[in-house]
Amino acid sequence: MAGRIDADLVRHIGRLSRIELTDQEVEIFSRQLADILAYFDKLQQLDTADVEPMVHAVELRNVLAADEEGRSLTPDEALANAPQRDGNFFKVPKVIEDS
Amino acid sequence: MSDILELSALDLRDRIAAGDVSAAEATRAYLDAIDRTDDRIAAFNEVFADRAMEQASQLDARRQVGQDLGPLGGVPLAVKDNLCTRHGRTTCSSKILAEFRAPYTATAVEKLQAAGAVILGKTNLDEFAMGSSTENSGWGPTRNPWDTDRVPGGSSGGSAAAVAARQCAAALGSDTGGSIRQPAAFCGVVGLKPTYGRVSRYGLVAYGSSLDQIGPLAKDVSDAALLTRVIAGHDPKDSTSLPRPVPDYLAEIDTPIENLRIGLPREFYSDALDPEIHAALHGAAETFRAAGAAILEVSLPHSRIDRDAEGNLSSHAVACYYIVAMAEASSNLARYDGVHYGHRTRQAVQDIIELYSKSRAEGFGQEVKRRVMLGTYTLSAGYYDAYYNKALKVRRLIADDFTSAFETCDVILCPASPTPAFRIGEKTDDPLSMYLADIYTLSVNLAGLPGLCLPAGLSKSGLPIGMQLIGPALGESVVLRAGRMFERASGVTRLKPPMACGRAEGGPRRARPNQPRQE
Repeated sequence: MAGRIDADLVRHIGRLSRIELTDQEVEIFSRQLADILAYFDKLQQLDTADVEPMVHAVELRNVLAADEEGRSLTPDEALANAPQRDGNFFKVPKVIEDS
Repeated sequence: MSDILELSALDLRDRIAAGDVSAAEATRAYLDAIDRTDDRIAAFNEVFADRAMEQASQLDARRQVGQDLGPLGGVPLAVKDNLCTRHGRTTCSSKILAEFRAPYTATAVEKLQAAGAVILGKTNLDEFAMGSSTENSGWGPTRNPWDTDRVPGGSSGGSAAAVAARQCAAALGSDTGGSIRQPAAFCGVVGLKPTYGRVSRYGLVAYGSSLDQIGPLAKDVSDAALLTRVIAGHDPKDSTSLPRPVPDYLAEIDTPIENLRIGLPREFYSDALDPEIHAALHGAAETFRAAGAAILEVSLPHSRIDRDAEGNLSSHAVACYYIVAMAEASSNLARYDGVHYGHRTRQAVQDIIELYSKSRAEGFGQEVKRRVMLGTYTLSAGYYDAYYNKALKVRRLIADDFTSAFETCDVILCPASPTPAFRIGEKTDDPLSMYLADIYTLSVNLAGLPGLCLPAGLSKSGLPIGMQLIGPALGESVVLRAGRMFERASGVTRLKPPMACGRAEGGPRRARPNQPRQE
């Protein structure tokens, strides 16, 4: 069921997950992920042809808040844990490509 | 002083209200207990000594002028470190949040404080609540007070150990696949996972959003009922919280349930179950029978537990749970990217993606990485239907099994764990063997039902054996009253560990960067 869990696939998953992996981690994770995914494949034994997926444990309908002004975090509160701050901004490395 | 530590939260509350004991004395007693014992147990990530004493003296001042302190007035409690608190740090026992200070307090914790409780500090957990032993903590494992070479269970191991070791009168934990119930069983205390939506998740750091619930760990069933009553209820800040009134769980807790029908799921009593636990559970069933309950067999076919050809435990419910939980976790943990808060890499980076990738690589532990990656994979194009969607269908089958079972019984009695507390390091080489530790608890999260774990007795080697009572949705009253029936009929309650220390070098070395114990 699962594609072969080789080093390339693990590195691909690492990129999707935004987690940089060492070579050692790639090797260990290949084995562990393969074992776990093989376990997950057991679900294919069950017939679920006419079964509705159950996303929520309780059947609540769309719960919306009233569109009213309320207290929010102040800029200082919101920036209190910022790794780097510049005035009321979070400072990050360049995101936009040079043209 | 040591009498105070033996009182239930309820009794302590009453003694404080009557003026026999001051809140300051009670808080001092528990802070001293933490000082004396936490070197061996390592239950606490952070202790709020000064603030706790301040809260206590404010409560004493209010009592002096005749004010009612509330249902938890003066009672010292601990909260799991994945519950946001404006005071101190909220680390989720992860290096990625080592210095994080939450700008708000979780609703459940605010409710405890509004009810007059004193918050002693934050307890250790498996990183981001991912684990069944508290060995995945970024700060080192918590040790089981019954045997410090053994795990306290997880992920709420710190809270369970703290209650068992008399470091707090009660505590809050969280439960996604068994993380309150299994540590309760391993530590010989009472733990309740409420119905999904019964308690607001606002301020609980999310792991599996359709599975997570906050609940109490306590010395006895009545205390669990007291805490649940305080923290339960609708919260406009959590759109998954149920708009249903909260019963007074204590009002009828001592009234036995007439004609109680207890279902034993045949699939849970296979030869996969440790014989001592099997015997303890059947003993419990007999205790209930002698107390007037009817015992009958029920079936939960999709939660069946087998042994495979190699002798390993096997269950569809485990596969279903982990697919759902890991998928939700991969989404919930995407926010830890080094941008707005938490650890940011100091390495040079070319672009923002590298910032994310290095920060997360440095900040997340191995188990968290595994789960985020597996979740990402099962949600990715080409695999979504085979894994995630399939798991959601199996989830409905599992939930429907419980609905059918509750047509013939009022409460289900089953094990909490395949074994009593295992040794530290015993399962850390094989992630899958660790996942199977939750084989009796995770169906309950998938179905969103309430589950109560309480001690059934001790094993021959002196380790607690827990039992689990599962109720229908919003059946907290039933499981609590049934649990109380068992306590009264069996006399098994408020078990006390001998607190023997292990080998001389067995003391924990905390791996916390720059963390002073007091604030």
